[in-house]
Amino acid sequence: MVPPHPLHRSPYTRTAISLHWLVGLGLVGTFALGFYMTGMPFSPAKLQYFSWHKWAGVTLWLLIVARLSWRLAKGAPAAPAGMPGWQRAASEWTHRLLYLLMLTIPVSGWLMSSAKGVPTIYFGVLPLPDLLARDNELGNSLASLHLALNYGMAGLVVLHVAAALKHHVIDRDEVLARMLPFLRRT
Amino acid sequence: MTSTSLRSAFAALALLAATLASHTASAVDYTRLVTDKSALSFTYKQMNAPMEGSFKRFKGTIAFDPAQPAKGSASFDIEVASIDVGSPDGNGEIGGKQWFNAAQHPTARFVSSSIKPLGNNRFEVAGKLTIKGKTLDVSTPVTYRADGANGVFEGAFAIKRNDFAIGEGPWVDTSIVANEVQIKFRLVAAPK
Repeated sequence: MVPPHPLHRSPYTRTAISLHWLVGLGLVGTFALGFYMTGMPFSPAKLQYFSWHKWAGVTLWLLIVARLSWRLAKGAPAAPAGMPGWQRAASEWTHRLLYLLMLTIPVSGWLMSSAKGVPTIYFGVLPLPDLLARDNELGNSLASLHLALNYGMAGLVVLHVAAALKHHVIDRDEVLARMLPFLRRT
Repeated sequence: MTSTSLRSAFAALALLAATLASHTASAVDYTRLVTDKSALSFTYKQMNAPMEGSFKRFKGTIAFDPAQPAKGSASFDIEVASIDVGSPDGNGEIGGKQWFNAAQHPTARFVSSSIKPLGNNRFEVAGKLTIKGKTLDVSTPVTYRADGANGVFEGAFAIKRNDFAIGEGPWVDTSIVANEVQIKFRLVAAPK
């Protein structure tokens, strides 16, 4: 078998790799903070964490828009040769859904916040417009939606990580190393 | 009749007419607060986000004659438990001990002590505000306008929640929930 062209070995740009890990860590942190803060008793810390969570959500949304623009402009490396068709399709759709969720989850949180009567002021400085008027029932529905979308995303992230590990450990291909260049075998 | 006595008779008539006219004007004497047309709201900042709240139930007495504003008076009883702080989370907590302690202090009260005309249907109303058992002097500008038979009184003033111990314990810290609370009112009063 012809060895892959060196250029195809790590075709993700440094920007794409940085954005991937930045967003990945941000998602895990913001997700964890979201779960932690909702279980807290009402306190100044709780209100503070809610604000931080919202600021993180806005930041992530901006990073995700940047990532998606970068990906649409620069493309992504192809799947390894010999990967079964169903795996290619699964990978393609998992990534599409992940992007969709990463874009819609912050928006659902923002709308929920407006409906619950708490405007989002980015870093306490920049007010985001309230697209919805205060409506507690709608606020509760949006909270359920925000939670459901997050569960969906968590499931896909688990799948995403499992697939990456499977590529590295079982298939022993370069898929994970493309995003973690220090794992490169050759 | 001499011309002098005629003149004085006219003067007396003019005086009578003027007295009558002023009496008619002062007949607009607002005495009843129309609660369902009145509103008592407030704004404050939470992590710099502007929040809006209101008190749904309050009652009061008003005695106000625009021709003799300084003689007017007003007092209001506000049902603390009717507060809406602008978010469901906050509403679940605001009646508690650290906040309004509504069980022990169910009523907030304002009683006017003086009304100073500032001209142009604007007045400075001073009075005593009691919240959570603490009484402080406050004063607020009020504008008045007639709306049909009713009088509409509007104004806003600021208080510091910590002055009334609204938010004790960890809430004394004003970096999360600001100390300043803007109180806004729109009071409609009817004659009789």
